[in-house]
Amino acid sequence: MPIHQISVVAKAEKENDIVTTLTFDTPLSQAQPGQFVMLWLPGEDEKPYGVAGISPLRISVGARGNFSKKLCSMKKGGKVWLRGPYGKGFDLKGKRALLIGGGYGFGPLRFLAEVAKKKKISATAICGARSKGLLMAPAVCKTIFTTDDGSAGTKGNVLVAMKELLAKEKFDTVYTCGPERMMSAVAYEAKAAGADCQLLLERYMKCGIGICGHCCMGEKLVCIDGPMFGLEILENPEFCKVWRTKTGKREPI
Amino acid sequence: MLEVTLCGTKLRNPLVLASGIRGNSAGLLIRAGKEGAGAATSKSCSLLAREGHANPTMIDTQGVYMNAIGLSNPGVDDEIYEIREAVAKAGIPIIASIYAKEARDFAAVAARISEAKPAMLEVDISCPNVHREGAMFSSYPKDAADVCLAVRDATSIPFSAKLSPDVPNIGEIARACVASGASCITAINTIGGMYIDAHARRAVLANSFGGISGPAIKPVALKSVHLIRKAIGPGVPIIGTGGISTGMDAIEMLMAGATCVGVGTAVATRKESAPFAAIAKEMEAFMKKEGIKKISDLKLQE
Repeated sequence: MPIHQISVVAKAEKENDIVTTLTFDTPLSQAQPGQFVMLWLPGEDEKPYGVAGISPLRISVGARGNFSKKLCSMKKGGKVWLRGPYGKGFDLKGKRALLIGGGYGFGPLRFLAEVAKKKKISATAICGARSKGLLMAPAVCKTIFTTDDGSAGTKGNVLVAMKELLAKEKFDTVYTCGPERMMSAVAYEAKAAGADCQLLLERYMKCGIGICGHCCMGEKLVCIDGPMFGLEILENPEFCKVWRTKTGKREPI
Repeated sequence: MLEVTLCGTKLRNPLVLASGIRGNSAGLLIRAGKEGAGAATSKSCSLLAREGHANPTMIDTQGVYMNAIGLSNPGVDDEIYEIREAVAKAGIPIIASIYAKEARDFAAVAARISEAKPAMLEVDISCPNVHREGAMFSSYPKDAADVCLAVRDATSIPFSAKLSPDVPNIGEIARACVASGASCITAINTIGGMYIDAHARRAVLANSFGGISGPAIKPVALKSVHLIRKAIGPGVPIIGTGGISTGMDAIEMLMAGATCVGVGTAVATRKESAPFAAIAKEMEAFMKKEGIKKISDLKLQE
């Protein structure tokens, strides 16, 4: 039995200066928002990517290293080998959801917005980036845009828009994905407003199934205990402090 | 009921987190303690940092697991920090695994990592020997003995030699290790294998070859441990490892001649929050039912 399922690119759309969204010819119906798949390009590498949609499967890729640049340059008909979905995704609950994404971290949140709409949960999204050219497309719910340089939407980071929103409205749960420091600030803000918060984390990953231990954060493993963590992750000694390189060496964040 | 003594150290049960499974940080070794392990082995560290192989590094299908992580580790200078933390906080004995490409480097890593005061060292001699065109140290009694002699002279901490089953004479190799200062034998390491994706017309693992683990290798592990016990006699402990996922598996391994039982892949495949505690509970249930009072009474009939 093959380990990987082959998926063929049906559409490759450049979404902004660095993100390309790949739409495949097959669904991945069992995947939940927040879960990830391992994408293998034979002869290149295999890396984890958050699922951005399931019917059909969509993945939003930010061009960062060699591998992600290869994925971003894929055309219709190109093949990827994938395994998964893996990990613990978002636990969509409550009546009013606030989705806060930074950069291409907004990808998995757009998938969450689709599920919220189906479940008739009211959702509002804040999509932030450094500048206009790095903003992602809106979600299926009301989407507020922010840019650090003010080139589009509200000037400032997602926290500015979040505070404005929280002053007027109440939310049960805040779902966030993006740079770790941003998520940390969002989580503390949510906590102060009496809302629950779910964060989607990232660490260098090898096996993806809880065996190799490379994606550890304190006593937690991002691949199987996460990538979604609740507010308790704020107490993790490595949250916002330490990540590990390809060798496993501790580096400050 | 499950207490055992391993190289002078008391363990609450014979279940040992196997090397290479999660043990790459203090946090994860502490976690193994909370999950009920009797002792925990760290991921092998070398003198200098290693990135390991590119992905894919893991295969997971139908009870067969295969990995080629490539011994990624931050190097002994960083590893000392992890082991120190784990020794201080895990609440269970920590076994520090080491790896090198030649005997004198084994000695250097052993000396350095001993500063962190782990209960034991485990010496991964089932890795390629740079002086023998990449053949494993554990393929030849002399090469295995050379590493053990070097480590014996570099540290006063007891150490276990970890053996590969991919040899025709595992008992002879074990005897050479014990004669050269090894205070324990760990067997088996993974079994070499290959997996091909026909559509990609490539080996799946970036390294082409990997090591098979999981339930599929238990019969090989039982046979190897039994042969080693016959070869080295009753006095020297064996950490029997390979395909152990249930209490019954662990009991069988002890009956084959093991003193302790390594648990690897099953830590991830058993979905309980405390997989070691669950396996220990299954062992106790069997022993109570069979009227067996202590671990050392688990023996095959003569």
